[in-house]
Order: sequence, then C-alpha cells, then structure tokens
Amino acid sequence: MEYVAQQVMNALAFGAEYALIALGLAIVFSIMGLVNFAHGEVIAVGGYTMVAFAALALSNPFIVIGGAIAAAVLMSLTLERVAFRPVRYADPTTGLLTAFGVSIILQNVFLLVVSPRPVAVTSLYFLDWPVRLMGVQVSSLQVFEAVTTVLVIIGLMLFLKRTTLGLAMRAASLDFEMVRMVGVRSNRVFAMAFMVSGLLAGLACIFIMARRGSVDPHLGFNPVLKAFVACVVGGFGSLPGAVLGGFLLGAIEVAMLVLLPQEYGGMKDAFVFGIIALVLVWRPDGILSPRTEKGDKI
Amino acid sequence: MELSTQPGAFPAPGPEPMLKVENLIVSHGPIEAVHGISFAVDQGRCVSLLGPNGAGKTSTISALMGVARSSGQIAFDGADISDLPVESRVQAGMSVAPEGRRIFSNLSVEENLVLGGATRPDRDGKDADISRWLETFPILGERRDQLAGTLSGGEQQMLAISRALMTRPKILLLDEPSLGLAPKIVTQIFQMIEQLKADGMTILLVEQNATQALRLSDYAYLLNNGRIVAEGTKETLGQSSALMAELTGIA
Ligand SMILES: Nc1ncnc2c1ncn2[C@@H]1O[C@H](COP(=O)(O)OP(=O)(O)O)[C@@H](O)[C@H]1O
Ligand SMILES: [Mg+2]
Repeated sequence: MEYVAQQVMNALAFGAEYALIALGLAIVFSIMGLVNFAHGEVIAVGGYTMVAFAALALSNPFIVIGGAIAAAVLMSLTLERVAFRPVRYADPTTGLLTAFGVSIILQNVFLLVVSPRPVAVTSLYFLDWPVRLMGVQVSSLQVFEAVTTVLVIIGLMLFLKRTTLGLAMRAASLDFEMVRMVGVRSNRVFAMAFMVSGLLAGLACIFIMARRGSVDPHLGFNPVLKAFVACVVGGFGSLPGAVLGGFLLGAIEVAMLVLLPQEYGGMKDAFVFGIIALVLVWRPDGILSPRTEKGDKI
Repeated sequence: MELSTQPGAFPAPGPEPMLKVENLIVSHGPIEAVHGISFAVDQGRCVSLLGPNGAGKTSTISALMGVARSSGQIAFDGADISDLPVESRVQAGMSVAPEGRRIFSNLSVEENLVLGGATRPDRDGKDADISRWLETFPILGERRDQLAGTLSGGEQQMLAISRALMTRPKILLLDEPSLGLAPKIVTQIFQMIEQLKADGMTILLVEQNATQALRLSDYAYLLNNGRIVAEGTKETLGQSSALMAELTGIA
C-alpha cells in the first residue's frame, strides 16, 4: 500500500515537472506556432544563475530561487526580442530552425563560458526532506512540485479568464490579426507569452535543480524533449492538453519503472514511447487537440 | 499629408472629411487587388462601397485597417495614418466588423466584448457599454457566458458589430454584415446600422446587397475589378447606371 502511494507520488512529481515545461512550450506555440526548443536553455540559465549566486556566496533561499526564476523570465523575454521577433510571421519551419539554432548557440555559450562538465549546486538541498503524508513517507520536494504545479495551473487559468491580456492571448491562438484589430498591441501579447513561458521554465528549473543538484549545458534538453512529447500527446497548442500530456507521461514512466521486469529496465523509454505511439494512433492530433476540440483551449 | 500643403489644388468646401483615401493601391503578395482608388467619408455619414465578389472591397477594408500591404494616402480625422500599424489606427478611432465576422469563438460572448474594449482606460464606461450591448441584443445577453462559437450567424454578426463598437470608434467599417444571413436577420442587421447612423456614427459600409445598403447610405461608390467605376447618391446611382444594374443586380 505504502509502495503504491509512493509510486503515485512519484508519478505526480514527474508529471508536474513535465506539465510545467509543456505548458511553457504550449503557450508560445498556441500564439505564434513556434516550437521553442530553446526552452531548455531558459531552464539552464536558471541553473547557472544559481551557480553564480553560489560563487558570490549568496545562499539566502529566497534570493537563489527568486533570482533563478527572474533570470529565466529575462532570458525568455530576451529570446523573444532578439531571436524570435524577426521570424514572428515567418513560416513554422523557419521558427523551428531559429529555435534549434538558438538552443545550440546557448549550449555552446554555457560550455565555453562555464564548463562542459556538471557544476554542483547545493543551495536547494534544503527543499528535500522526508515527510509523512497521510501515513505515507514521501519527499517534501515532490509535494512542493505537485502543489506548485496545481497553483500555477489555477493562476494561469485565472489570468487567462480574468485579465484582458489573458483574453487576448486566448483569442490570439485562433485569430491574432483580429486581436490586433480590436487594438491590442501584438508586442504585448508576444512578450506576455514569453514571460509566462519563462516563469514556468524558472519554476521547473527550481525542481530539476533541487533533484539533480548540478547543472550542465544540457540540463534542459531531456526535460524539454519529454515535455514536447507531452504536448504532442495532449494536443499541440492546447494548454489543458499540455497539462494532461505531462501527467500522463509521468504516470506511464513510473508505471513502466514499476511494472517492467528488471532485465527490461534499460528499455523503459522504448516502452514509454511505444505506449505514446499507440495513443497517437488512436488520436493522431493528440488527446485534446485544438482541432478535434474546436473552440475553447482552456 | 500632401493635400493640406497645397491648399489651392482642391478648393475644399466645408470641413475635411473624416476619412479621405487617395490613390489607394492594395496588393496581396504579387497580386494587385485594388488599383488606385480614391474616396471619402464625411463625419456622421454612411457611405457604402458596393461591388460584386472579388471587386476588392475587403482588400480596401484591410488596407484601411492596416492589415494588408498598400500604398497611397489614408487621412483619418485630420491625420495621415497611412504608415501607422493597425493597433494605432484603432487607437485613432477606426474599428471594424470584418468579413466573416471573426468573433473569438473560443471566448464567451461577454469576453468578446471585454476584449473588444481592450484599449479602453475607463473601466466604468467600458462595463456600462458591455451591459448596453447585452441589453440591446437580449439574445446576446441570454448567452453572455456561452462560447461565442455556439452562436448563430446572425447573433455572431451582432456580436461582431457590438465588439467593434466597444472601442468607441469615430468610424465604423462594416464588411458585408448581411453575408450568408436569412432575410429576416438581414433586416435586423440593417435596422441596427440605421440606428447607429441615427445616433451619429460615421459608417463605411461594404456590401454586395446594394438595395439594402443604398437605402441607408448618403453616398456610394461602385467598385469593380479593383477600380471605382461609378459613384453618387442613391438617386443618381440607383436610377441611371446600367453598370450598377449589371454589377449589383439592382433592376
Ligand atoms: N489574401 C489574398 N491573397 C491573394 N489574393 C487575394 C487575397 N485576398 C483577396 N485576393 C484577391 O484580391 C481580389 C479582391 O478580393 P477581395 O478584396 O476579397 O474582394 P471582395 O471583398 O470585393 O469580394 C480578388 O481577386 C481576390 O482573389
Ligand atoms: Mg469581401
């Protein structure tokens, strides 16, 4: 019983991380049709900010966490301004290639300026301690992760429902030109999308760093790849789809870890992606695809 | 603005028109859809732009709003807006209920109106306007929390016009508001436009339905193949022009 509960918590924690990152990808995609593969480097910038703070002997947790998130937001906004604005109205392939280019350049900058090797960051270890939750021993970090993700989703929903800019972002996913024709400045919509995306990357960065305790130039690569898969499964461009896909992927991964016999352990990812492929056979556009679910995206 | 620097060139009687378009050329990529047209809309007037399918009416509207590539002069409310981006034109007082309505189908009826008033700094006035439109069109009021995509065509058109009015525009551009609607609904829509005109709104009305449009227009231009081929009041246009009959089906 305790074992099952722990595995459920594992699945939720993994799912939460994927959901946070997938939401960051989906919000940008829904508005400008861009698959932002440089999202992983936004996460890594958060990690390297922690390294910088450690070097400056700044260890106040609020400064470390706040600084890393702020750095991710700034990085995301900078990418929009410098790299993605020029290709804003270009075709999706151009945007995709730009994102890949930016991603590779940033990885190499980390590699040259900092180090190709992992750099240890110990300032977030304090987030992880064993807690008993309804009689089950789990990690506090997992609880934080699940709770943060739920709060983020609620906050994002409120933002998208209650603020004019939020309404503009939802509307822009269907008809950006019409949004401009009611007078909303497109720069504000794009900047807000990247700001939210950066904020989500920053939060994901905190949890990834707290778990791994180190940063290297490829810190964000694997999580973003997984989040991309989550987006595809959930329906690319759909925000509920990104959340659903993230948690589904987390659940499948943990289920494979638990269910696969020891000797197949190395093939976990193959099984995970096999199941994902089956889901896509059933729903080629993803479970909550904006095309199948015409209309509301959140 | 070229015109105002040469006062002798055009002996302008009375005040400047609200909207004055000179030699407007509109292209979609390599295709030129409008080949240099000129027209004007005086304040408080309803002017219609008539013409068959493909004449260049929507291209003209898009150029006026700044979402299609164009050259020529567009003077609005005493300023040259030819080079302004779309958002600034809306700020300056232009608003459009576009062809195909383009309501935000994934937003509720009320959210469409809220977003329509995105540029409004006056919260109270904006809320009052939202209530006003929901009361003016009780069917929209009943469905305020419903997704706009679930509305019927006529309801969507009412929403599109209400949304356009949420900016409190100085001029309202209407692109084929009667397109694809049942005759009864068309009558309703034209009644609404007539009411707006009576309230003093300046309107540029694009229509293929020339009979209805002419009835409430002070002046009309007939567009064909990207050129203005006739213009006049409903009396002069409606009676004399054989071209008019051919292009709009008016007997
Ligand atoms: N986005 C576009 N790309 C290419 N050609 C277009 C586009 N929009 C309109 N056109 C062409 O421009 C001409 C005028 O079209 P339009 O302005 O839509 O006419 P109307 O609104 O009077 O029916 C047509 O020949 C049409 O095919
Ligand atoms: Mg048209």
